[in-house]
Amino acid sequence: MSGTITLLEQTLAAARAENRAALVAYLPAGFPTVDGGIAAVKAAFEGGADIVEVGLPHSDPVLDGPVIQTADDIALRGGVRIADVLRTVREAHAATGKPVLVMTYWNPVDRYGAERFAAELAEAGGAGCILPDLPVEESAGWRAAALEHGLATVFVVAPSSRDERLAKITAAGSGFVYAASLMGVTGTRESVGEQAADLVRRTRATTTLPVCVGLGVSNAAQAAEVAAFADGVIVGSAFVKRLLDHDDDLAGGLAAVRALAGELAEGVRKRG
Amino acid sequence: MSATPEYFLPDPEGLVPSPEGYFGAFGGKFIPEALVAAVDEVAAEYEKAKADPAFAAELDELMVNYTGRPSALTEVPRFARQAGGARVFLKREDLNHTGSHKINNVLGQALLTKRMGKTRVIAETGAGQHGVATATACALFGLECVIYMGEIDTERQALNVARMRILGAEVVAVKSGSRTLKDAINEAFRDWVANVDRTHYLFGTVAGPHPFPAMVRDFHRVIGVEARRQLLERAGRLPDAAVACVGGGSNAMGLFHAFLPDTAVRLVGCEPAGRGVDSGEHAATLTAGEPGILHGSRSYVLQDDEGQITEPYSISAGLDYPGVGPEHAWLKDSGRAEYRAVTDADAMEALRLLSRTEGIIPAIESAHALAGALEIGRELGPDGLIVVNLSGRGDKDMDTAARWFGLYDPTDRVDPGHEPAAEAGAAE
Repeated sequence: MSGTITLLEQTLAAARAENRAALVAYLPAGFPTVDGGIAAVKAAFEGGADIVEVGLPHSDPVLDGPVIQTADDIALRGGVRIADVLRTVREAHAATGKPVLVMTYWNPVDRYGAERFAAELAEAGGAGCILPDLPVEESAGWRAAALEHGLATVFVVAPSSRDERLAKITAAGSGFVYAASLMGVTGTRESVGEQAADLVRRTRATTTLPVCVGLGVSNAAQAAEVAAFADGVIVGSAFVKRLLDHDDDLAGGLAAVRALAGELAEGVRKRG
Repeated sequence: MSATPEYFLPDPEGLVPSPEGYFGAFGGKFIPEALVAAVDEVAAEYEKAKADPAFAAELDELMVNYTGRPSALTEVPRFARQAGGARVFLKREDLNHTGSHKINNVLGQALLTKRMGKTRVIAETGAGQHGVATATACALFGLECVIYMGEIDTERQALNVARMRILGAEVVAVKSGSRTLKDAINEAFRDWVANVDRTHYLFGTVAGPHPFPAMVRDFHRVIGVEARRQLLERAGRLPDAAVACVGGGSNAMGLFHAFLPDTAVRLVGCEPAGRGVDSGEHAATLTAGEPGILHGSRSYVLQDDEGQITEPYSISAGLDYPGVGPEHAWLKDSGRAEYRAVTDADAMEALRLLSRTEGIIPAIESAHALAGALEIGRELGPDGLIVVNLSGRGDKDMDTAARWFGLYDPTDRVDPGHEPAAEAGAAE
C-alpha cells in the first residue's frame, strides 16, 4: 500500500484554489494518552484543520520549547511506542480521509529502520514525514525509502538559509516546504515577524512546492497575517497547550482543540 | 614566541575525518537547518585559523603564559606499587589554569569566537570544569557567557557553580530530562538556534556535529604530543599503554591522538560503569551502547530499541553522558583503541589511593582512568610502562568524596558496603 502524498498535494492545491492558506496542526502521539491523542487529532480535523502532523515523541527534543517537551515527556512516561504513533496516523486518516504526516527526530526512524518505518507509515495511510534534524546531505537513504512508499519528504528551511542552500533543499523535498518563521525552537510568540515573509519569498524563487510557515503562530490574527504570504499555516504548541491546560479533563481539552482549530481556520481564510 | 607553533598542534596527517566529518561510519552533521550556516561558519573559520600563523602564535602565547604549558609529567611510584609494579606516569592536566584539560580547547575556541566577531558564548558543562574554563576565557576576552548545567550537577558540583558566577558567567540550571549533561547540551542547542547571530556555542567535548569532534581534538592534541616527548626523555621509550577516562572523550582523544601511529602503544579508554554495567545504572556508552544519533553526530549511544536515549548514571558528573565522540566509536570498531568500564567504587578507591600515596587529589573523572591503570599495570607486570591522563583536579569533588567515605559522619556513608579496613595504608 502506498502512502498518501497525492492526497497531501491535492489538499494544498485545493486550499490554493480557494484563495486561502491551508491549516496544518501538530499534535504529539501518546499525549495525553494514545487514545486521547487520536481523539485530539480528530478534534483538530473537526475544527477545520486541513492537515495534521502527528509527533513521534523523542527523549531529546532539541528543537522543541517547553510546551512540546512537556507533552513528549508525558507521552514517553506513558510508554508510547512507534506502533502507537502508527495507530494514531491510521485511525485519524481512516476517520477523516485527510492527510496525516509524522514529525519526529532522525534517531527513532534510523533506529527503527528507514525502510521499515516508511513501509509501515505508508501502510497506515500516512502522507509523509518531517525530520527537522536530518539535513538534506544525510537524507539520501530516507528519501529513497519515502519515494518508494509514496511519502512526502518535507524539509525545513530557516531564515538563516542562504539562497543556494534553499535551492538544494527544495529540490530534495516533496509535498511542501516547511519554512521556520524565526530562529528558535517551537512555542508561541507575540509576533511572527518579517523574517517569515522574506523567507517564503526566497523559497518560492527556488520551487513550485507549496510553502507552509510554522513556529510561533498561536491565534487567528497571526494565522491571517501568515496566510497573506504562505500556502499553509502550521500551529503546534498552541494546540498542545490547550490539552495541557485541561490536564484532568480530556473532553474539555478536545473541545478547546476543536475551538482553536475553528478560529485558526477562519484566520487562514482572511489572509491578513 | 617562535614562528613555529609549539603548543597548537592540529593533526598534521589530516586523514580523518572525511570532508563531511566522518570517522569511518561515525560522525557527520545531523543538525537543524537553522544551525547549518553557523556550523559551516565555525568550520570555515577554523580552517582559516589553522593556516594562519598569527592564530597559532596567539594561542601558543596563551598556552604558555596563561595556562602554564607544558604540563608536568609526574612519575607515581608509591601509587604504582598497587599497579603490579609497572611504572606509572601521570600527565598533569590538573595543573593547568582552571584545573583541568578543558582550558586547551576553550582558549582555542574563544580566539575563534573573536575572529568570527561574535560577542556571546554559551556552553554546556557536566562537572563544571568546561564551564569554569569557558567562564574564564570569557572573562579574559570580555565576552558575554551563559553556561547550561543539569540541575543535579549544579548540586553535586556546587563549588564550580560558584566559580563560574565569580567569573561573571550566568549559570542556568537545566531541569528537563535527566537533569545532567545530556540535558544541558539540549538546552544549549535551543539557545544557539535562537541566538545564533551573535553567539558561539563553545562545545566542550569531541562530540557534536562536524567540525567539533576534530576541532576539539586538535586543541587537545598537545596533551599527547607533550606526553610522548616527555616519556621518551624520561623513560627512554614509548609506553605500553596510554590510559584516559572517557565521557564525551576529549581528554582521551587529546592523549591518544599523538600515539595513533605507534601501534605498539595500547590506547585504553575508561568508561563509567556506575553501579555496574549489568545494573543498568551506568554511562558506559562504548561498552553497552549501540550506534545512533545524539547531539549532531552518529556514534555509540545509550538507547532503547526505538531510539529513545536512556538516562545514564555515574558518580562523576563529567562522565555522566549517554553519548561519546565519534572518533572513539571509530577507534573502538577498528580495534585501535580498547574501552573498559570502571565502577564508582573502583574509581573512588583509586581517588583515595592516589591522594594517600602521592599527595595528588584527582578529579573523580580522572580517577576512573587511575583505576583502569591499576588493572592494566597488574596485567602488564613490573616491566610495564603506563601513562595516565590526569585530566583534572579533585577539589570540586570534595563534597561527594567526603560523603562517599563518610568523612562528615562515619555512620552515614554513601557506600555502606565499603569496608574502612581497606584504608590507603594497606595499600603501601
